[in-house]
Formats: sequence, C-alpha cells, structure tokens
Amino acid sequence: MHDVSAHAAAHHGPPTSLIRRHIFSLDHKVIGKQYYGLALVAVLIGMVLSWLMRIHLGWTNAHIPGLHLLSPNGAPGDVMTPEYYLQLMTMHATFMVFFVLTTAPFAAFGNFFLPIHTGAEDMPFPHFNMMSFWTTFVAFCVMISSFFVGDGPTLGGWTQYAPLSAVGSVSGPGQGTGVILWALSIAIFCVGQLLGALNFIPNVLDLRCRGMSFWRLPMPTWAWFITSCMGLTAFSVLMPACIMLILDHVGGTSFFVPSNLVINDQMQPHSGGSTLLWQHLFWFFGHPEVYIAIVPGMGIVTHVLITNMRKPMLSHRVLVYCMAALAILSYMVYGHHMFVSGMNPVSALGFSFPTLLITIPSTIIVLIWIGSLYGARIRLNSASLFALGFVSLFITGGVSGFFLAQPSIQILLHATYFVVAHFHFTMAIAAIFGIFSGTYFWFPKMWGRMMNETLGKIHFWLTFVGVYSIFMPFHYLGLAGNVRRYQAFVVDYMQPLIGVHRFVTIAALLTGAVQFIFLFNLVYSRFRGPLAPDNPWQATSLEWSTSSPPPFDNFGGRQMVVYHDPYQYGIQSSMGDYVLQDSPEQVKSAHDEP
Amino acid sequence: MAKFFATTIVVIMVLSAIPIIRNTWHPLPNISAHGQAIDDEMWGTMIEAGISLLASQFILAWFIWKFSVPPASSAKLDKAPTLVIEAKSFPGGATGLVIAAIILVGMEVLALGIFGIKSWASMYFTQPGADALPVQVQAGQFAFYFRYAGPDGKFGPLHPDLISESNQNFFGLDPTHDQDAKDDLVTASMAIPVNREIRLLMHSKDVSHSFYVPALRIHQDFVPGLDLQLHFTATKIGKYEIVCSQLCGLGHYNMKAYLDVMSADDFDKWLKQQAALQ
Repeated sequence: MHDVSAHAAAHHGPPTSLIRRHIFSLDHKVIGKQYYGLALVAVLIGMVLSWLMRIHLGWTNAHIPGLHLLSPNGAPGDVMTPEYYLQLMTMHATFMVFFVLTTAPFAAFGNFFLPIHTGAEDMPFPHFNMMSFWTTFVAFCVMISSFFVGDGPTLGGWTQYAPLSAVGSVSGPGQGTGVILWALSIAIFCVGQLLGALNFIPNVLDLRCRGMSFWRLPMPTWAWFITSCMGLTAFSVLMPACIMLILDHVGGTSFFVPSNLVINDQMQPHSGGSTLLWQHLFWFFGHPEVYIAIVPGMGIVTHVLITNMRKPMLSHRVLVYCMAALAILSYMVYGHHMFVSGMNPVSALGFSFPTLLITIPSTIIVLIWIGSLYGARIRLNSASLFALGFVSLFITGGVSGFFLAQPSIQILLHATYFVVAHFHFTMAIAAIFGIFSGTYFWFPKMWGRMMNETLGKIHFWLTFVGVYSIFMPFHYLGLAGNVRRYQAFVVDYMQPLIGVHRFVTIAALLTGAVQFIFLFNLVYSRFRGPLAPDNPWQATSLEWSTSSPPPFDNFGGRQMVVYHDPYQYGIQSSMGDYVLQDSPEQVKSAHDEP
Repeated sequence: MAKFFATTIVVIMVLSAIPIIRNTWHPLPNISAHGQAIDDEMWGTMIEAGISLLASQFILAWFIWKFSVPPASSAKLDKAPTLVIEAKSFPGGATGLVIAAIILVGMEVLALGIFGIKSWASMYFTQPGADALPVQVQAGQFAFYFRYAGPDGKFGPLHPDLISESNQNFFGLDPTHDQDAKDDLVTASMAIPVNREIRLLMHSKDVSHSFYVPALRIHQDFVPGLDLQLHFTATKIGKYEIVCSQLCGLGHYNMKAYLDVMSADDFDKWLKQQAALQ
C-alpha cells in the first residue's frame, strides 16, 4: 500500500479548460460517466434493433414505417429483407455484448467507483484511462459506420464464424467491408478494454489507502478486479483473432479458410486455413466475456443488497472465492459452445465436466445471497428491487445451464431458442438488472441528485414481468426445436410456433417502451431531482464518506484511513446501525470476518 | 410491496412451469435407436433443474415476504434508523450453505456427467457396422444434396473445380473419367431404409452449416475442410425435416431438406426411380 494522496496527485491537477473537464478528461469519474453515456446510446440502438427484429419475426412481411430510410436496399418498401434481418441481429448482439454489457457494469461504474472504493484520488495511469474511453468511442463509431458503408453491416452474427466471415462479399451482403469494419471495431475495442484493465488492476494492488487491506475492499471492487484480470487475458486473445480475420480479407492470408471452397460456382483463392481455429480463439474470449458481463453485476448487487438488508452477507470471502472460481473455470469451459462443432467428440466430455462444475460456485453465490436475506430487514427501494430481481433472473438463467452443459442434450438444444433464453437471462437481462440496480443506487453519488423512487418502482415492476414474458417462452421454443437466427419460419414443424413468437414480440415492444420511464427519470433527475445528501442510503463504503458528487480529488484533500470491514451493518454506533469504513469509532459487535 | 413482489415471483414460476408439466411444447418424438438415452437424460435433467428452480425461487420469495420492512423507514433520507436489532443469521451460516451446495450440486453434477457420457459415447465412440449404408451429404449455401454410391457400392472422387450449380453438378463429379462416379446417385432429399444403420459422410462445399434432424436426435456441424462421419439407425417410417442450424448466410432460414424413412422395399424402389431420373 502506498501513500495515495501524494502518489496519485502527482499525475495531474484539477483541469481548467472546458475540453479537459468534460471531453478529454483525465478524471476517472468523468471517464466513468462518459462510459455510462456511451452504454446508454448503445443500449438504445440495441433495443431499437431488437424491436425491429421482433416485429419481423412475428409478422415477416410487416411494413415498418421509415425503415427504408435506414437502408433503402435492406428494407425496400419498408419490408425487411432476410439479409437485413441478419445484419440487424448481428448489430443488436454486437452493440449489446461489447458496448453495453462490457462497458456499463465494468468500465462505467468501475471507473467511477473503484478508485473511490480503494481510497485513491484517481487511477494510476489517468492518460491511459482517458485513452481507454476514447479508443472505445472510436470502436463504437467504426461499428456504427458499417451501417452506411457498402452493402451494410455484416450478417454473420456476433460470433462471426469463419469461413462465412473470412471469404469476403461473395458469401453474402455485408461480408466484405461489413466484416472488416466489424473486426476493426472489435480489435480497437479490445485495446480500449486492455487499457482499462491495466488501470484497474494496479489501482487495486497498489493504490489502496491506509488500512484498506484486500479483505476490506467492497464487493464491487473485488468483482471489477476479477473482471479486469479476465479482460486482460480474454481481450488479448480476441484482438489478434480479429486482426487475423482482417488479414484474411485484405492480406491474402488463409488463417480461417481451408482449401477447395466453392461459392457461387467459384473456387475460393484460399488454402490451408482452419475453420475451427476461429471458433477456439473466439470462444476462449467468448466464455470469459459472459463472466466479464455478469461478475460486475454480482458485485454491484451484493453491495446494494447488503446496504438494504442492513446486515452483512453470510460470508464475503466465500463470495470472492466463488467469483474467482467462476473466472478461472470460464477459460476451461469454453468448448461447450462447440459440442457439435466437429471438434473431437472426446473433448466434449473434457469441456462438459468443468461446465457442470461451474454450477457449484454459482450455486454457492446464489445460496449466500438468499441465505443472507434470512433475518434481514430488507428495504425495498428501486435499487434493491432490481438487485433482488437480478437474483431471480440469475437463478432462472443458471438452471438452464444444467441442460446446456451436457453434450447429449445439446444435440436437441444447440443453436435453438433455448440457448437464446439461457444467455439472455444470465449475461444479458440479469446484467442489465445489475446496471439498473447500480444506477438507482449510485445516481445520487454520481450526479448529486436523487432519482424519483415512484418512477423507479414502476420501472421495476413492468420490466421484471416484461423480461420474464419475453425470455421464458424462448425455453419452450427451444424445446420444440426452433432454431435461432432464422428470419422466418418456413420449416414445417416450426410453423405452429409463430403464435409464441408473436406473444414475445408484443411483450418485447411493451417492455422496451417501459424503458423510456427510466430514461425520463434519469434525465429529469439529473437536472431536477432533489439534491442528494452525502450518504442517502446510510451505507458504509468510502464513496459515502465524501460529498455527492465527489470533488475532483475524491476526498477533498483528506488522506483516507480505513478502520473497518466494508459492511458493518446491524451494529450500534453513533451513526445508527452502521459505521463508515473510515470512521475511527470503535463499535460493539463488529462483523469482521476472521 | 414485499408481499406483492413475493407473489409475483411465485406466480411467474407457476405460470412458467405449467407448459412444461403439461408438455405443451416438446421435442419432436424420437425416431432413432440412440435417441431414447438422450430423451431420458433430458427429462432427468428437467426434473432436477425444475425442482432446483422452483425451490430456490420460492425460498427467495418467502424470504422477501418475511424479512422486508415497510418503505416508510427507507424513505426518510439521511436519517439513521433508530431501531437497531441484532440480525438473526441463517442457520448453519456460510459454511453450512457451502457444504450443502458442494454435496447437493456435486452429486447432481456427477450424476448428470456420468449419465451424459453414456448417451454421448453410444453415438460418438462406437464404430458403424460393416453393413451400414453409406450416404454422403453435402451442405452448401443454401441446400443439402445427398449422394448414394449406386450398385458398385463405391463413391466416385470429388473435383471441387467441377462443381457447377448451373450444370447441376452439385458434388463436382466426373463420370466420364471416373468409373466409380458413373452410377452415383445425387438427390435433393434424403431417403433411408428403416431399421438399417446409416453411415453419414458429411462435408461442406463453402461455409459452415449444420445437419440438425430433431426427430432423429442428430445434430452435427459441417466443417469446411473436414470430412465428418456419423452413424445412426432410424426406427420409424415417416417424413421428417433436416434443417441447417449454423448461420450460413442470407438464405439460412430456408436451408432444409426432407428425410424419408421407408421400408427396405420402398427404399429399393426409390433408388431405382432416382437412377432412372439421372
């Protein structure tokens, strides 16, 4: 541990110019807000794309007014073409996975709160941190540009399986320039995330204030630390894979394309590459990515739940060990995405066992959440409702993992809507509930104003019922063999399922519309919400020891010293039933874990 | 609000369970010799997963119901609660839960894992019999084509440079030079005799595809550059669908073929008809 105040302040002083304060800011809090804003734009794009997809899936020849303006070729007469459906689907997933689920819970909240949680004044490398955001922003712009270049964005799905993604426009619209822009954007995105991880990790290791031992770090910071370690290894595999994919297009290489492929009666000028190589590289990133999306949510939800339960979890250390176990196992299980891919069937068993094993740390985490509720005094506010909703959704998503961990069952369920249900419940919707919970909880600290609780609760109820209505029926579609990534259901046995699709479409449109309540609450509260006190939730970690919003150097020049574990609730102190981490007050029956 | 929340969770779970219990949406009935083991594994998992899901959601709902406090106290901002109670802890604490999770889930994992190896091994770790009927399937954007060896029992070699959709030479055969290719039959739908083992030889001519026949409990990707083999026996006469489940381009949704499972006699007749058409 270092003397943080002297250390971090040496990097940069308070900015004076407008550009340095709000645009190219070195302040981790501004960078966190910039990431949040970027994620907000991306999630709106992703949600509108999902609406367009859902309308098309329910009513294939539906006229969607104005769609031709987005793409005259993709939607002539405002009716979506099959290829345009796939292009929108690919972009929906790409925006959601990379620019929402990776940026919001990890980069946005992590940037804002990790240095404060450790008692630091800023990240160790503020210039890298600024570059991290702006690199991600460039990646975002490159991805957006693919809508307007050539024959539109790629249609190959966010997984971009080769050789469909590697042979160029001969394999379909968007497969030339669209794929190159996609891979370029993701490679740039990886650089941004690596720069972020290179700040998060040393911050936790080196910039903790006096008294802040590892076990005194709050749970979200543990989660961000673990996520950074995953990001460092996962993104550094995806980036070269994307560069290799670009080289297959423009460099005359054949990393992912084997010999003797014939498309449109033309022999392809490639030889010697491996189709499965891409899948191995992609999923070596792809499965840890699932945990990069969900582990920060686990940390945030634990933090919010403890504060609102007014008692610590049964064990914080077990939670940390389990999150670390998830991270390590995530590299050993990636092959379960490839059970029927044509890899050696023996390896399916090798990947199946750790996949089943990963349910043990997941189950322990869930049991500790639920078990800790016992005997609590739960305050139900918007933040804790979304946190409890997260627990419910994570259980539902986790249980379907039992099926997909087994190679033989994947014979029935692989690439069906059952898989779509599974990953939406876990890494998508649960993670989004984590983001909502974090937003309602930390908004007062980030912007200095309170959000409207009534609107927050309405938002919760409608969203909770809405997401179950959308994603639960996907399990049934999957059981019935409904293949994903189809733009229409012309297969005989799938035709009776159209009614389920229409129900889901209506639920998705309504649930999406409800999100505008949140958006309104966010914007309105930012400017008109009541001013927030420093510690509105009577919470204990260091972000609540400073003003709302925190000053430039986080603690107004104070050298932080920490005296307690992060979650001292259900005790008697001069403050009430809790004590702040930096309060030197001796308290009776403190819950320090041995 | 807590009671409403708890009730909502319970109602959602009950409504979600009804279609499963009533079997409203289910996999197509199995028509393969190996499929029963997969179905058994599937429904065994459904029972275990269903109990786990309902039990944990109901306990979550129960604790929310029982241990929530009225919102009034949390609405008063910046005022510490006056009442401090010593929180009761879950019986057994974290250690109890960790041990319970490791034992219960560990047993479940072991059971499912061992169960799973059995059915997987029966498909992939056994060799087809010597008398298995070889059928070749080629996937390409956006159609399957099938090839039968003909009376000589030999497949002619493939020449990718000769592949031509316009000349209907889907496989790239050269019957003028290759003796073995002369009697090869190429069809757009697949027919197989019932209760006879089939050795399926799979390759793709362009990108990745998949051979998904839910009724047959067969699901295997085509890997460009790699020849794969599967073997299976269909046990019920009828017409089924083969669909592509690996995103292969704009016509992916429409990439399908029919599988006709017929009696041995009908299959012989079908082969003759196809030979006459070529």
